[in-house]
Amino acid sequence: MLLDRIRFIVIVETGLLGLTYHAWLFYLLAALAIGAGVGTITRKNPVTSAFFLILHFIFLAGLYASLHAHLLAVMQVLVYAGAIMVLVLFVIMLLNLGKEPESQQSEQVVIRKIAGYSFSAVMLVMVGLAALLSMDKGNTMMTTMADNVDTLGTAESIGAEMFTTYLFPFEAVSLLLLAAVAGSILLAKKRLMN
Amino acid sequence: MTGDLYSALPIVLMSSASIIGLLVDVFTPGRTKGMFGWTIFSLLMMMGAAVLTFGAEGTAFSNMLTVGGYATYFDVLFGVGALMSIVAARPMLQRHGYEYKEYYSLTLFAVAGMMLMAHANHLLIAFIGIEIMSISFYVMSGFFRSNTFSVESSLKYFLLGAFATGFLVYGIALIYGSVGSMSYTDMYTVAMESEITLKNLYWVGIGMLLVGLSFKVAAFPFHVWVPDVYTGAPTVVTAFMSTAGKAAAFSVLIPVVAVVLPEIETMERIQMLIAVIAAMSMLYGNIGAISQTNVKRMLAYSSVAHAGYLLMGVAVGTDAGQQAVMYYLTAYMFMQVGAFVVAAIVESKPGEDCTLEDYKGLSKRNPGLAACMAVFMLSLTGIPFLVGFFGKYYIFKAAIEADMIWLTIVGVVASVISVYFYLGLIVKMYFQDREDEVPAALPGGIANLTLIVTVVGVLVLGFFLDYSVLPTITF
Repeated sequence: MLLDRIRFIVIVETGLLGLTYHAWLFYLLAALAIGAGVGTITRKNPVTSAFFLILHFIFLAGLYASLHAHLLAVMQVLVYAGAIMVLVLFVIMLLNLGKEPESQQSEQVVIRKIAGYSFSAVMLVMVGLAALLSMDKGNTMMTTMADNVDTLGTAESIGAEMFTTYLFPFEAVSLLLLAAVAGSILLAKKRLMN
Repeated sequence: MTGDLYSALPIVLMSSASIIGLLVDVFTPGRTKGMFGWTIFSLLMMMGAAVLTFGAEGTAFSNMLTVGGYATYFDVLFGVGALMSIVAARPMLQRHGYEYKEYYSLTLFAVAGMMLMAHANHLLIAFIGIEIMSISFYVMSGFFRSNTFSVESSLKYFLLGAFATGFLVYGIALIYGSVGSMSYTDMYTVAMESEITLKNLYWVGIGMLLVGLSFKVAAFPFHVWVPDVYTGAPTVVTAFMSTAGKAAAFSVLIPVVAVVLPEIETMERIQMLIAVIAAMSMLYGNIGAISQTNVKRMLAYSSVAHAGYLLMGVAVGTDAGQQAVMYYLTAYMFMQVGAFVVAAIVESKPGEDCTLEDYKGLSKRNPGLAACMAVFMLSLTGIPFLVGFFGKYYIFKAAIEADMIWLTIVGVVASVISVYFYLGLIVKMYFQDREDEVPAALPGGIANLTLIVTVVGVLVLGFFLDYSVLPTITF
């Protein structure tokens, strides 16, 4: 009974059978990105973590590309997988981070670990279930999107949106960056003048 | 475009002022007076602009910002909070030798961020505002750079805050995916006509958004950072972020809840969810505060409880509920800033003289300070005819009118519990003496000005501010 029900949900309600190759690609890349993300946080060696993160960014770029956001995909690789990750590796090198020391397994740590794992499991099941149940409609949306490929995700359409509808948030982000710069200088500068 | 600039004048002024502030910083080397003056001046200008644009209606910048009414009320509230805390901060930072001009710049940035939150008509703007405010707070709580507790509080706040940001962004992304827009107006229309395409994802998204916002308002299951951060951060910073910061988070929460409420099914679930969080926060905060020996820590726990009272007003979801929340936030601004400024003046070195024992016999050493603290404590308890009483009264009234009787009972019980520790501090100050000789607290300088303003506010605001005229937000 239950198995039948599950098979029904997986095959019929989610519409896995009717997936286009586009959608298959999307789900494959999404799974790989999640895998790389898990790799990032579970590895003990920071350099390995960083490389998993690069992998994650690249899969993410693939996701964008599969959704026709080609400009975004290129940006993702250039900015995140390229520039930002170089900085991260530099910091790892400068701080001379080795392997993370083995933490002592006191009772409290174990309880915290169990709590953390079960919380993540609940979150994963919740989001996963919600996604699974919406898959059918999501696939339709993906197909409609594929019909509008010409107008989506090009440099032109992103630029036009960014400087008309999203002009204000675009400017507000510069305020955010400025505040962050001023704050980090304050915290990091050796000698401050009164 | 020009019309947009005018109707969003407060926010335009404040963002420009915070950027110019960095330049003022450069051109007045060696002195902090110029920067201090600039901060006061720009805050006053912003409040003036807010009053001027109070009557504006609708939205600006292609539906990104709400202008006038609701948002400008919050602008003035943030302005008042920032002014009070800045005036108190200058002598206190000087006392501990940390008066860097960046403090003023960061305050201006934080206020600009809060205003974005209050003005937001789009989840993207709300998010950017939250981030600007939070980043300023992370830095400000680590402002005593060589004090371990201050640095610890900054790091804790940053790590947990970044985690909460993750929830916020994920929630926003899921909502965008399911509704097809991040604008409040569109979200409202979609919810109104029950046309959410991906309902399950919408639900998860709203849940995550609430988690992120509950973190920012310091409500119960997401409050763990509050005691450590509020205790470790410089006291004047705590005064600012526990009041204005909380008000800003509520200024986002109110419209977000109003947007998702129209659907009947949604309404019941959301109301229940928020009501449970509110009840837990009230009980947990007040019970937790009882066992504290550090005054700042006690106030931090009580801040969790006050988030609970405020959430009660949000859970009600009516106009009266919204107005009661705004009234309570105003009241809370005065009493909490006052209480923390007294704590800051009593504190001789960062993190010292903060225990309840240190407040013994304060009425003999510093009668004025003790009297102020007593007024704030009574108001926080909700003793009649101080502003805190009116705040609680309106919240409870709104809850009863909306048939949330059980929640009101929990609220009253929680308030009764809070009498113990608030009055406990008064007893320590007035009826107990210390055996050893303790010198009187150092003079507060212009921080006394803040104290006078807050005391007067707490005493008279209840009679002059009519909660039923406060602007509400509707879509």
